[in-house]
Amino acid sequence: MAEFLIETIGLPVWLSWTAIAGLSAFLILNVIAGGALVFIWAERKIAARIQDRLGPTRTGGRFGWLQSLADGIKLLAKEDLMPDGADALLFRIAPYVSFCASFCAFIALPFAFDVVGQRLNVGVFFVVAVLGLEVFGVILAGYASASKWSLFGAMREAAQVVSYEVPLGMCVVVPVMLAGSMDLVTIGEKQAGWASNWFIFHDPFTFIIFWVYYTCALASVNRAPFDLAEAESELVAGFHTEYSGLRWSFFFMAEYGSMFLVSALAAILFLGGWNGPVPVSKLLGLSDGMAVNAPYALRLLGCVNLFLKAAVGVFVMMWIRWTLPRLRIDQVMTTCLKYCTPIAAAMFVGVMLWQLFLPGGLVPGSFQNAAGVREGWLEQSGSEESVNKDSLSGITPSRRIAEVSR
Amino acid sequence: MNHEALSVLASLFPFLDWHGFFFLLFAGVACVAAVMVVLSDNVVRMALHLVLSLGATAGLFFLAGAEFVGAMQLMIYVGGTLVLLVFGVMLTAQTQLVALRTPAGDRVIAGILAAALLAVLVQAAFSIDSWQKAGQGVATAPTATPLGMALVGVRVDQVADENLVRPKSGYLLPFEIVSVHLLVVLVGAAYLARAKRRRVPRPVDLVASADSVKPGSPVAASSTLVAGGSE
Amino acid sequence: MTFALFGVVSVSHYLVVGAILFTCGVVCMALKRNAVGVLMGIELVLNGANVNFVAFGSEYLAGDGRSVLGLDGEVMALFVILLAAAEAAVALAITLNFYNNHATVDVDRADDLHG
Repeated sequence: MAEFLIETIGLPVWLSWTAIAGLSAFLILNVIAGGALVFIWAERKIAARIQDRLGPTRTGGRFGWLQSLADGIKLLAKEDLMPDGADALLFRIAPYVSFCASFCAFIALPFAFDVVGQRLNVGVFFVVAVLGLEVFGVILAGYASASKWSLFGAMREAAQVVSYEVPLGMCVVVPVMLAGSMDLVTIGEKQAGWASNWFIFHDPFTFIIFWVYYTCALASVNRAPFDLAEAESELVAGFHTEYSGLRWSFFFMAEYGSMFLVSALAAILFLGGWNGPVPVSKLLGLSDGMAVNAPYALRLLGCVNLFLKAAVGVFVMMWIRWTLPRLRIDQVMTTCLKYCTPIAAAMFVGVMLWQLFLPGGLVPGSFQNAAGVREGWLEQSGSEESVNKDSLSGITPSRRIAEVSR
Repeated sequence: MNHEALSVLASLFPFLDWHGFFFLLFAGVACVAAVMVVLSDNVVRMALHLVLSLGATAGLFFLAGAEFVGAMQLMIYVGGTLVLLVFGVMLTAQTQLVALRTPAGDRVIAGILAAALLAVLVQAAFSIDSWQKAGQGVATAPTATPLGMALVGVRVDQVADENLVRPKSGYLLPFEIVSVHLLVVLVGAAYLARAKRRRVPRPVDLVASADSVKPGSPVAASSTLVAGGSE
Repeated sequence: MTFALFGVVSVSHYLVVGAILFTCGVVCMALKRNAVGVLMGIELVLNGANVNFVAFGSEYLAGDGRSVLGLDGEVMALFVILLAAAEAAVALAITLNFYNNHATVDVDRADDLHG
């Protein structure tokens, strides 16, 4: 898009990039804020239904859909309190640290083919790494609050998040291995076509590892049954005990933002990303099924697809929260170290062997991965070829690898 | 907005070259935060500044085109600092350990020596002409794939070099050594940090009873410490 | 009024950043009495070295389009990061042990072998 501004309209380079960056930041911010509003409302309704109540019914019409907006205004008007013994600076910046981490991770998250803040060659790792920084805000909040409840909550969260990074990383590596790229856009594109091309259906191992990923994602965003950091029956409210008003709401924006983020990541890595279960556009002859050549309207449709899949993921998280009891801290650690990590490691080896011996699926040709169509970053489209000038006269890495192994 | 107005605008802000701007931003944050690590006495503040410094350095890596290293820096380095931060919080829960002050005389001597060291290093940095030539700013090919191939022993970036009869060997052996090293370290750290049985009760045991948590798990150790410290 | 620095980021600039980080780390290691603080100094030193490795390995920064180290710079940076993580794990375990034995993390008190 920046190229369009530079070449067609003739804006200066820096101004084009500024405009595009501002636009992307604005859109992402709106996705997070709007998502938080919708998800908080949805959480109340779902919780109410599961507990056989009605939930919000009055504010803003029949379903109370303006309830979270009203709550937001109430939070803005609340008094901003700070405990006496608090470390003022850390107490103030902690919510923003959390929120920034959640926000930054969205930068590399594609919503459809090339609808992404910044397409990164190492997108998967970037998202996972930045998401892991969210815990910094929580620890700072727990420490700076000068409250034992907060400190306990923060220490629990730290132990939990650091441990769950390990299996989460292993799960994330599996789709990377299948797609042969760490670029999220490429990973999503490799699953184009029928739903059988989604990586979750690639082989039995990926099917299992998807659920391991979901469990670890649940733990890494501190949702029930892993929400020990804010266990209200033991720790009042955990790390945000002492927070009120706008700062408190920033913690919640961060939490809902990362819930959406890990769900969207699950959708991209395992559930086909922005590709629907049926390649409608290909069947109707609108495109050849590859998003590179698809018109922009289809990319918008891809956005809708991804949002739907991520919303389903968030919905399941809420469903779990209001259904399952909270685990004890030792049970949380056992789940991670004794179950998730070994299972993830075994599945990782399994997928690797499957790739080696049954690359075409059980029935030969049944799995029509878009392999070979796009070989990752360098061949994303014709126009990019000139920008990403390979230092070795345009030899793509895969060809070079082939040359070496000959 | 017509072109002339834009060019006037551009000439007013000649420094708005984003690469230079972001370099200055990240470099500034990294250096200032590093100085703050030295200057602050509170361990938690130090850890926060260290995180800032390391994060800004990751930004510098991204700017230099080393995306994979930048992402790894965020994931491993900053994550490792997270553990440092946790330890800082745990150990500073005891008030007398919050700030271990250094005598002012030591600070002065350290400052002089640091200035000398910095002067030498900066002089060295600007001593070679070819290092001072500004980068071409050409977008280069992503290095993640060649990096991964190099780690398993194939140097794809050397194939097209006509001067080489065979491509240079990669880093398979160092990679294996490092992996074994990490395993050994993991076992060693777990062995060192395990909860030991001892006849003389530790100071922390006097305050906190570790009855509800299983001994041996890292969480047990940390929660015991926190409980012991904050009493 | 163009600043000489803007738009002309070179390897030297990265080296200066690395030098500052390195110096801060050295001072941190020498000055801090807190064992965790000393560890942070080590992290800073390794990080400063890493900046240099990446700068020398970057084609983007190289004045003539060919970097000094090429891919080796990035590989070395990766190894440094890994070994820093390993070092931090062991050092923290030692610190924890020390704390358990002496109820302090002041490195000046670690003089049991002093005789």
